[in-house]
Amino acid sequence: MSTLIAHSSILIIAVTLATAFLTPLVGIASKRARNTLIVLALAFVAFLVVALARDVMLNQIHVYTLGAAAPDLTIPGGAIVPVRIILEVDGLSAFMGIVIAIVSLVAVIYSMSALKTETGQNGFYTLLLLMAAGMFGMVFTGDLFNLFVFLEITSISGAALIAFRTKFADSQEGGFKYIVVSAVASLMILFAIGLLYSQYNLLNIGALAATMEYTMLDRIALVILMSAFVMKLGGVPLHMWLSDTYSVAPASIPALLIVASQASLYALLRTSFTLYGVTLDQSVAGWIIIIVGLLSMFVGVTMAILQTDITRLIAYNCVCESGFMLVGLGVGLAVLADPGALDAFGTMAMNGAVFHMINHALFEGLLFLVAGAIFYRIGTRDLNQMCGLGHTMKLTSVLFLLGALASAGIPPFNGFASKILIYESVYQFNPILTMIGILVSILTLAVFMKVFFSAFTGASLPRYRDVREVPRPMVAAMIVLAAGIIFFGLFPGLVLDWIVQPATDALVNQGAYIDAIMGAVP
Amino acid sequence: MSKIVRTVANQLILFVVIFGLYVIIQGHVTPGGGFQGGAIIASGAVLLIVASGSQEIKTWLRERRLSVVESSGALLFILLAFAGIGTVFFFNFLVGSRLFGGIPSVGPNPGDVWTGGVIPLMNLGVGLKVMAGLSAVVLALALFSGGEELEE
Repeated sequence: MSTLIAHSSILIIAVTLATAFLTPLVGIASKRARNTLIVLALAFVAFLVVALARDVMLNQIHVYTLGAAAPDLTIPGGAIVPVRIILEVDGLSAFMGIVIAIVSLVAVIYSMSALKTETGQNGFYTLLLLMAAGMFGMVFTGDLFNLFVFLEITSISGAALIAFRTKFADSQEGGFKYIVVSAVASLMILFAIGLLYSQYNLLNIGALAATMEYTMLDRIALVILMSAFVMKLGGVPLHMWLSDTYSVAPASIPALLIVASQASLYALLRTSFTLYGVTLDQSVAGWIIIIVGLLSMFVGVTMAILQTDITRLIAYNCVCESGFMLVGLGVGLAVLADPGALDAFGTMAMNGAVFHMINHALFEGLLFLVAGAIFYRIGTRDLNQMCGLGHTMKLTSVLFLLGALASAGIPPFNGFASKILIYESVYQFNPILTMIGILVSILTLAVFMKVFFSAFTGASLPRYRDVREVPRPMVAAMIVLAAGIIFFGLFPGLVLDWIVQPATDALVNQGAYIDAIMGAVP
Repeated sequence: MSKIVRTVANQLILFVVIFGLYVIIQGHVTPGGGFQGGAIIASGAVLLIVASGSQEIKTWLRERRLSVVESSGALLFILLAFAGIGTVFFFNFLVGSRLFGGIPSVGPNPGDVWTGGVIPLMNLGVGLKVMAGLSAVVLALALFSGGEELEE
């Protein structure tokens, strides 16, 4: 067991990757065997993630050096800087790993029946697993260049997945938009990495952070990195691609795309807290993130009100929810250098934001799966065409209501638990931010009530009389997410203590991240 | 294309493949590697498609076969990485053994192929993947431009 945990950080990536390439080979022989293989592999990966997360949160940061004589031999004899590919898993990485493992497992189970009749399934699952491997890599790597490589893997497979239903013209357009946005963002990231490399001859995040001097070039690199990650994350004013791509992808993919954008948020945090950390001009950077967050909240929700396409509406709601996370984390960053304020409300704001990340993945994922279920049955995403679906799709409508209430921050669901943390702590930093936040939450409720009443209530139309509940695997996938929403809402303290607090501590503690790589040198 | 072009292309393909394999297998001592060699072999596929037309090529260069080769190449790479997990993932366990086990002398040396441990084998895996992947892309482009769909 201890050997397994010692190797688990690479096994999580490698097993996912190997399954991705086994899928087409097994798929030629038998579909059933392929599906079993994928589910078993992802379940094994989820088990590894939980075991790794438990170990990281109880004991210490995990470091894994690929190809070295021992996993923790980051600096080989004779060298003074870390060489080789190094994975570094701290509390925040482990937290993100849990989110990715849950959502990718749910997405696979959902796709098994949602895509049963589609062609090209071998390719679909290969891409899905590649995307999961890319995201795991993004959050586990301790190396800037690997971060770029894994980001590329995630983006390219994501774009292909969005364009999967090639019979629809808008799917192809969505996939194209995603790949263009991703290519621009990753080129910017590559350029910024080049700027850092040219000065320090280092690529390792911990080693770079230890030698960071915050010169003019570093500031330019910081601006480029931050804007590229905000672009990948879909924060206003770089959100325009998000609604076009999320809305046209096959139902389970937006749930994964949300996690992909959160992996970008993770990268943004790694850059600002760990890579620059204490050298950064925190209050300026914090305020920039807060303003981006406020804009995302406000623009996201106001655009959502106008939509008549159910998935576009949920996609705009995603923009809005990521605004909450950005505001919480921005407040945390702004007071990072002030221990008093950090204790009073900064840690709490970051707790709220990190907690909101997993909550967001759960309820937004559920909403997308419900929208996919509706599309699966009636073949349209237009709210004006829907009416009275609640008569026949009872469970689906209840699940939608659950996701909607959680998103609007109504107790006892998980959205409330994280939003209240953000409201309370941000109020002490600046009351206006909380007011805007509550206003946005109320508007979110209005948005979803509109959807609920137009899609699920009302007279049952003759043409939708034969509509039934979706197949069992799809329902099971949705219920897993719904169970998470209720559990996290009822026992927020448990989640906070076990996974959120270690993630926030890891974020604040730049020194521990550096020491794990460089060794605690005097 | 004319018969002359087709005949020459059929003879030339052998040399293209040999050169590609050379670049792959010498990747760890000379410029080149798995990706470059695979791309060279895929350019042989382009040569054949241009000379004989996509219709004729597609009778034996199947998308499914290419997909199998591509996945096998990637799996070979990952399996080699897994094989070192007794020490650490990606550990070069072949160095010092009989197969590719030599350690080159420091400074100018003749560039012996039998060095590098697992690296030449990994190059081979990458080469297989790139060869199959790029050939499939080229074939798909040729078929799509003729208004056809790929087999499922």
